[in-house]
Amino acid sequence: MAVTAQPQAGPQKVDLREPPSWRRTKNRIMTWLMILAFVLTVIPLGFVFATVIAKGASVISWSFLTSGIPPAFSPAGVGGMGPAILGTLEITALATVIAVPLGILGAIYINEYGGKGLLSNFIRFMADVMTGVPSIVMGLFIYTIFTLHFGYSGLGGALALACLMLPIVIRSTEEMLKLVPDELRQGSYALGATKSRVTVTVVLPAAVGGIVSGCLLAVARAAGETAPLLFTILTVTSVNWNVFSGANTSLATQIFSNATQIYPGAQARGWGAALTLVAIAFIFMIIARLVTARFARYQN
Amino acid sequence: MSTVTKADSAAPAESAHPLAQRRPLGDRGFAILALASGLLVLVILVLIAVSTSQQASAWFSAEGLKIFTNNWNPANNQFGALAFIYGTAITAAIAVIIAVPVSIGIALLLTEVVPRRWARPIVYVVDLLAVVPSVVWGLWGILVLAPWLQHIYASIASGVHGIPVLENLFGGSNISGASFFTAGLILAFMITPIVTSLSREVIATTSTIDKQGAYALGATRWEMIRGVVWPHSQGGVVGAVLLGLGRAMGETIAAALVIGSSATITSHLFYPGYNMPAVIANQFGEASGTFRAALMGLGVLLFAFTIIINVIARGIVERSARRARGA
Repeated sequence: MAVTAQPQAGPQKVDLREPPSWRRTKNRIMTWLMILAFVLTVIPLGFVFATVIAKGASVISWSFLTSGIPPAFSPAGVGGMGPAILGTLEITALATVIAVPLGILGAIYINEYGGKGLLSNFIRFMADVMTGVPSIVMGLFIYTIFTLHFGYSGLGGALALACLMLPIVIRSTEEMLKLVPDELRQGSYALGATKSRVTVTVVLPAAVGGIVSGCLLAVARAAGETAPLLFTILTVTSVNWNVFSGANTSLATQIFSNATQIYPGAQARGWGAALTLVAIAFIFMIIARLVTARFARYQN
Repeated sequence: MSTVTKADSAAPAESAHPLAQRRPLGDRGFAILALASGLLVLVILVLIAVSTSQQASAWFSAEGLKIFTNNWNPANNQFGALAFIYGTAITAAIAVIIAVPVSIGIALLLTEVVPRRWARPIVYVVDLLAVVPSVVWGLWGILVLAPWLQHIYASIASGVHGIPVLENLFGGSNISGASFFTAGLILAFMITPIVTSLSREVIATTSTIDKQGAYALGATRWEMIRGVVWPHSQGGVVGAVLLGLGRAMGETIAAALVIGSSATITSHLFYPGYNMPAVIANQFGEASGTFRAALMGLGVLLFAFTIIINVIARGIVERSARRARGA
């Protein structure tokens, strides 16, 4: 019909596609809805990042990163988050030292020793379940078994974070160990190595890139956690270099207390701390990606 | 045939040289160490259950079944927790209702629509949602999102005024920026990455031959998804949704900041409310005696709920993964 309206059209183009129908329209609508779903997640994400960067960048300076935490009513520009940054680094580092070796050993048990046995399957399943335990419950748990007896300290916070990191480290390490080809193990056994030697000198080095990157992601997750620290470190404002004793503080818990303050100065410091925290989490994530790209030999 | 191979594999163990049986101490020690670390997961889970219930026993014995009443009044030593359980259920439900269609949409977009080289950056962007710490979501939620939403809530409330059901859900005079709905919305952002990545894993296992078969019969992409991908992935996606639900129930700090902190049971979604993790986070510091035991007890309930949901969800995910591998 269109052809009769435009008789001057040159060589005829034959359109083999099905004429526009409800089926095609529906297909197109659904495709656009999927794209819309992605856009809907980008909006809050962009909004959060823009706000944190805009409000945080105006506060952050060298003195903000190093000076002490002032009383809540102090105006913006006074004091900073030094003790909280120190606390976050101390506590996260200690949690990493606790959780990573245990997690890697656990993964070694599941993949190298337990094999397809009932117990290792059960442990794997429960590690998955454990990643779903709310972080506040971990805080209550460490409060009952540790803080009640030994008082508030960075160590308590680190233990709670370690409980959160443990299943993540186990599962990501196990995935990496699974990718190591069996020929490597068999070759090493053929040379007469014991199982522990095979695991430590052949299997682990082969998977080290992936393991490190998985651990870094767990660290990034733990660094941002607040709930497990609330009842275990007490969130003071003073500097505490000793992570093993005495109340401590962290960026996340400082943000939590600043968020509920009505003073603009406290809120500004909260945004500064938020930017610092996001930056720390980001640095770990980027290092993890770089390690994966550079050192991971086997990837899925 | 099979007996021969059996005997073969058994033979070296039987006739092993004494040297082979003497495993060095370090080797055995390492095996035990690995086993102990694996068992640590189980030990921690049991310890959580035992130690927190012990601390909470004062609440359970003092209140009995009254813990499930709507009567939370620490000043009068009354600790009925129904309002918090209700708040947890309602915020988690809002989060799931918002996050699930979005997550499944993104998962389908990644697996069926965009070319592979676009998929990776999209995954990065969605995963970034999980990198933002909970407390930063909360800070943004209470200082930026809630004041902004308050205006929107107000206009919605005036819009639905007089309409029977909608007024009970979205209307009312007590609307606040910090409310059930704001908390649910923030939780939805937070659970989207995990629901997306788990659904994507399940959807990606759909067999290519089935998909090509559907296309060959003349199906559009959406018809192919409805006819092939969805029946295949249904079970696994349900598991992913349940895992998201578990996460949304346990997520603490963001909810504590934006939920409005008012122990009420109401159908009005724009009213301030409270949920279990938030009340623990906000009140544990100043609590003592039965009050503290009650908050600890809320933790026990929360642990029990999330463990049950996670066990069911992981079971479903694992079963559907096994079926996909077998098929």
